[in-house]
Amino acid sequence: MPPATQPAMILKEPGLAPDARRAVLDAIEPRRALPGALLPILHAVQDALGYVPRDAVPLIANALNLSRADVHGVVSFYHYFRSEPCGRHIVQICRAESCQAMGAVALEAHAKATLGVDWHETTRDGAVTLEPVYCLGNCALSPAVMIDGDLHGRVTPQSFDTLVAATRSGA
Amino acid sequence: MTTTLYVPRDAAALSVDADAVAVRIAQEAAARGIDVRIVRNGSRGLFWLEPLVEVATSAGRVAYGPVATRDVASLFDAGFLSGGSHALALGVTDDIAYLKSQDRLTYARIGVIDPLDADDYAAHGGWTGLANAAALAPADIVAAVTESGLRGRGGAAFPAGIKWKTCADAVSEQKYIVCNADEGDSGTYADRLTLEGDPFCLIEGMAIAALAVGATEGYVYIRSEYPHAFRTFSQAIDIATQAGWLGDDVAGSGRAFRLHARLGAGAYICGEETSLLESLEGRRGQVRVKPPLPAIEGLFGKPTVINNVVTLASVPIVLARGAAYYRDYGVGRSRGTLPLQLAGNVKYAGLVEKAFGLTLRELLYDYGGGSASGRPIRAVQIGGPLGAYLPASKFDTVIDYEAFAAAGGMLGHGGVVAFDDTVDMAAQARFALEFCAVESCGKCTPCRIGATRGVEVIDRIRAGVDRARNETLLRDLADTMIHGSLCALGGMAPFPVLSALDHFAEDFGARQ
Repeated sequence: MPPATQPAMILKEPGLAPDARRAVLDAIEPRRALPGALLPILHAVQDALGYVPRDAVPLIANALNLSRADVHGVVSFYHYFRSEPCGRHIVQICRAESCQAMGAVALEAHAKATLGVDWHETTRDGAVTLEPVYCLGNCALSPAVMIDGDLHGRVTPQSFDTLVAATRSGA
Repeated sequence: MTTTLYVPRDAAALSVDADAVAVRIAQEAAARGIDVRIVRNGSRGLFWLEPLVEVATSAGRVAYGPVATRDVASLFDAGFLSGGSHALALGVTDDIAYLKSQDRLTYARIGVIDPLDADDYAAHGGWTGLANAAALAPADIVAAVTESGLRGRGGAAFPAGIKWKTCADAVSEQKYIVCNADEGDSGTYADRLTLEGDPFCLIEGMAIAALAVGATEGYVYIRSEYPHAFRTFSQAIDIATQAGWLGDDVAGSGRAFRLHARLGAGAYICGEETSLLESLEGRRGQVRVKPPLPAIEGLFGKPTVINNVVTLASVPIVLARGAAYYRDYGVGRSRGTLPLQLAGNVKYAGLVEKAFGLTLRELLYDYGGGSASGRPIRAVQIGGPLGAYLPASKFDTVIDYEAFAAAGGMLGHGGVVAFDDTVDMAAQARFALEFCAVESCGKCTPCRIGATRGVEVIDRIRAGVDRARNETLLRDLADTMIHGSLCALGGMAPFPVLSALDHFAEDFGARQ
């Protein structure tokens, strides 16, 4: 087993608040010995903090004996991982063909107009980040939307507004 | 007396409020002093009827749907707990024509059982194939899969038995079974249904594969867009391990097989098998050059069987009922059944598991009921975002691998997405390349650069700029991508484009 405490040099990594640094180390520790540990660790970091801070990269790289470039390359390759904080809620709208055939293009336009953001942007109140997604596997109930991991089917512009309003009020 | 009710826990059912319906039923039953047991089953795959509530009666399970929370009180008033008539009543579930006419082999238990009840699984024929396999020599397991004619259901349709034999023959102290559950094709949800609705079936298939090739470790790579599936499947692994179907002594065989679920991170390319292996190893999901085949040098450089969910979930019935039983379904070189997934603009979208051999028209109209919008179906894309768009003149094509290839299409993973006559096929062609540009792993030039240049050329065509010359350029670019790309993403992304140009030229503006 690798040592539970990190060398002091790594703990002094600038930019990460103490709580965030602790969260990153807690994500690394139980997973560092897994075969192919990097993706499980990145998931755990993002689950804890909502994103993978740039200053987390050296900590992860050191634990897995990788270069910072290796880790950065993986974070930036996968659409799911984000390097910047996002809004309190994530709204993903499916852009794929089945949803297109059932009105997703109009739904996208409606969502962007009512939220006042484009893809990957966050509303000014910090409540909602809008993301495109290519298939949620709910193709028999298109168009599909996922809000904070909850799936919704047959979404119309009207029901979209209702869902977003409920999400905001539950914040 | 306790009445048993079924309310699906499948993500699609949840997407139309199945949880709220289950809660409402429990509340109403409590208020009326009625004792009910609510089983959260998978989905039968008849999605226009979701949430589909079933009641166990003396006449069998009877169905009501689609049930909204506001319908619950009236269902109780109508005596639905004893099969009473109601506007939402559908009769005995197994007699619903859409379901009754199917060949549910791989999906026999889907929507029937509680997906996390291993005893319920066993009561419906589960674990029989694994028990049989544990008593067979590894070579005989491989032979059964070969004789069944089962081909890879992920899209490439490569014979599963040959892949397994290659891995079985490779000499190594460590081998792996990897399941590709990175179901990224639009219009497909068969993998998701199994992961959420019958996870033990996949576990059983993987354990059989492990015994066949001598693998001791397995991974299931599930896409991050499927959080419900990941949770359910992870629980199923724990339950199966505790029950002795996985672990150090698989089904009393004396051999070990440990299974792990891993989460993807939103990269379509990781559905390509070598990209998936790279991702499992903790790297960017960039494709590997083949050879070496994964069966010889796969995960962590070791011999690896990598198959799709549906392929592996079709193995238990082959071992339980015999290769001939499975092979007797189907036509030509396409043996067994294919779970077709109707999606997009159709009235009755859902899972249709049928023996190979029905026509696309039967699927679209007899099952799908035509378009949801009531307008004519103009184009159908089959096999995901890299599949060709077929016009109505091709709707009599028989659903088998070879017939589809001859018609210029591919069955792929069995997704069927219908579009009505409001579709702009030039926009669809543009989207295919835009998607390729977003999802390209960047390793080879034809895909990385070609997709972006292709979008630009289509934009010029749609703007009416030099139509004839730009079409020539686009076709030339497509040729380069098809023949020069390392994998199917760049190699097939031109197919929707070319099929749109060939069959729907009028959408690209007049030729000068």
